[in-house]
Amino acid sequence: MNFELTEEQKMIANAAKEIAQDFPPEYWREKDEKGEFAEEFFKAIAKAGFFGIVIPEEYGGSGYGLTELLIAMEELAANGCGMGGIWYLMITEVFGGLSIVRHGTEFHKEKYLPKIASGEMEFCMALTEPDAGTNTLAIRTSAVKDGDEWVINGNKVWISGADRAKGMLIVARTTPLEKAPKRTFGISLFLADLPNKAVKINPIPKHAINYSKSCEVSFNNLRLPENSLIPPKDEGWYLLLDTLNPERMGFTTAAVGISRLAISKAVEYSKKRKVFADPIGSYQGLQFPIAEAYSTLECAKLMNFKAAWLFDNKASYREVGKYANMAKLVAVEAGIKAVYWAMQVFGGYGYAKEYDVERWWREINLIRLAPVTQQMALNYVAEHVLGMPKSYR
Amino acid sequence: MQLKEYLLSLKKESPNLKVDRGGGMKVFVLAKHAADPESEIKVSSDGKNVETSGLIFDINDWDRYAIEEGIRIKEKIGGEVVVVGVGKNCDDTLRKCLAMGADRAIKIPVDTNDAYQIAELIKKAIEKEKFDLIIAGYMSQDMNYSLVGALLAGMLNLPFATAVTSLKIDGGKVVAVRELEGGYKEEVELQIPCLITVQSGINEPRYVSVMGIKRARTKEIREVKLELPPSAVNILKIYPPPIKLAEILTGDASQIAAKIVEIVKSRGLI
Repeated sequence: MNFELTEEQKMIANAAKEIAQDFPPEYWREKDEKGEFAEEFFKAIAKAGFFGIVIPEEYGGSGYGLTELLIAMEELAANGCGMGGIWYLMITEVFGGLSIVRHGTEFHKEKYLPKIASGEMEFCMALTEPDAGTNTLAIRTSAVKDGDEWVINGNKVWISGADRAKGMLIVARTTPLEKAPKRTFGISLFLADLPNKAVKINPIPKHAINYSKSCEVSFNNLRLPENSLIPPKDEGWYLLLDTLNPERMGFTTAAVGISRLAISKAVEYSKKRKVFADPIGSYQGLQFPIAEAYSTLECAKLMNFKAAWLFDNKASYREVGKYANMAKLVAVEAGIKAVYWAMQVFGGYGYAKEYDVERWWREINLIRLAPVTQQMALNYVAEHVLGMPKSYR
Repeated sequence: MQLKEYLLSLKKESPNLKVDRGGGMKVFVLAKHAADPESEIKVSSDGKNVETSGLIFDINDWDRYAIEEGIRIKEKIGGEVVVVGVGKNCDDTLRKCLAMGADRAIKIPVDTNDAYQIAELIKKAIEKEKFDLIIAGYMSQDMNYSLVGALLAGMLNLPFATAVTSLKIDGGKVVAVRELEGGYKEEVELQIPCLITVQSGINEPRYVSVMGIKRARTKEIREVKLELPPSAVNILKIYPPPIKLAEILTGDASQIAAKIVEIVKSRGLI
């Protein structure tokens, strides 16, 4: 068992760290406040090839795996970018790039991957719906064949990056739930080019991560060519799990990276700040919860790397899912605790935007809700790891 | 003697140096794996060295500009960029340069911070190679000598220019703008082969790219084993910087003002 990163993985980590240092917390503070896309950051990581980490060399990427992508994400987040270090890579490279690498046809790969790898094409994924978030299989968006075209109708919600994306992974039902022999049957994946008049996009005002818009999307007779389907038809749910597991791992990495950032700033401040005779960092009341959260996150990180290793070595989605869910479950609780206590270290200043920790607090609170709630991750572990009866219908 | 004649005489005295620009320029870049001055620096127990444990090492900041300049020349007119490092543990810096775009690396696995020894080692390692231009950083972020480039130019009988802030290749010549004190600039022309040391800000060094990292794994790092040459300098002592004291002045406004006047006078400022 070798826990050491390879020379190349260390270099990827260092490259990410160097970029992150040029986009410090004040950069993200401004972007979040103004609700502006972090164009300069996006261009910098695109030029350095970060959108092509998981894309094979023949399609313009560098042909590494999810492990290397998570390493890059963590260092970007931990060295100043917070969730910004994860977000764009997630919605373009994981939702777009990785889905196509794993399951796209040769036509899809040639069409999309070089543009994703270069950062020329932003991507997004249209999965969740107003009545199908946690209960993903209840999606109602339909794809019906009309001649040699697919016609898509339905509404999606929380589609991050849809306002800018030039490519979209659409999850739709080709067989309605009522007619499906089992709930997982009848879901198909499509790749669509945007913008398109049949796709209406409406950003949702939200709590944080305002350097990217999360949107309501409606499809009104969106017509797609036959070859926009990622085959096989009706079996898309199992393909999608190879996107949703990495999404979960990316959010574990977000917990680790954002917490590392918040903790490092809090530790630095705690060593200087005196309220009574000694620096507040010398008080165990602050030390213990931060030490505990940090240690738990380090454990979650190892579990996340195990999940990534399994994914890169083509383990089944079920096997990957076990470890991805357990890592996320632990990382989220520890991450929330880490940022909570980092904020406590700053006292009243923790409430001021200028100290940034309030933004990381808003950011980390997303990951107890998405990509799945903590409760659904617990359900997954109880049912699929421990073999207990399914607790909901 | 006119500059041109002087330069020609230097070339005559350097039989090993061959100008070869058939396939663009061959550029050698010196890159030091240097301690980050922001890391915690402690004087060693013998009082003549710095404790290396706990130090963070990375490419010397000025050398990032040097390697970037070398790569830009190659991208513009073709050729080869060879990066040279001295030190048993300089691999990370060499790999970084390879990932940025250098073609190959030469590692001299000898540990020394003595500028003369470093220059001598580099001279021995590269004197049999053909090159058109050597680029070094203006200074190192740890030892601050600003000497290796100039010493090496002397040892190789090369014309050189220091603190270069912009560079143009013009046929067989290098036209370099040097930074002088007080914001003045000096434009100089050097016959190739020559050596320049670059000032920070001459360009904007690129980020290491992920594709560059992958390509770097197949690039050569050749080790040249050499004996440590004798040193001309004997370090007597290394001093930590004096601890700067701050004083909070107390009293009413007139008392504080009087104390400020006293301090300013004692420093000879008024």
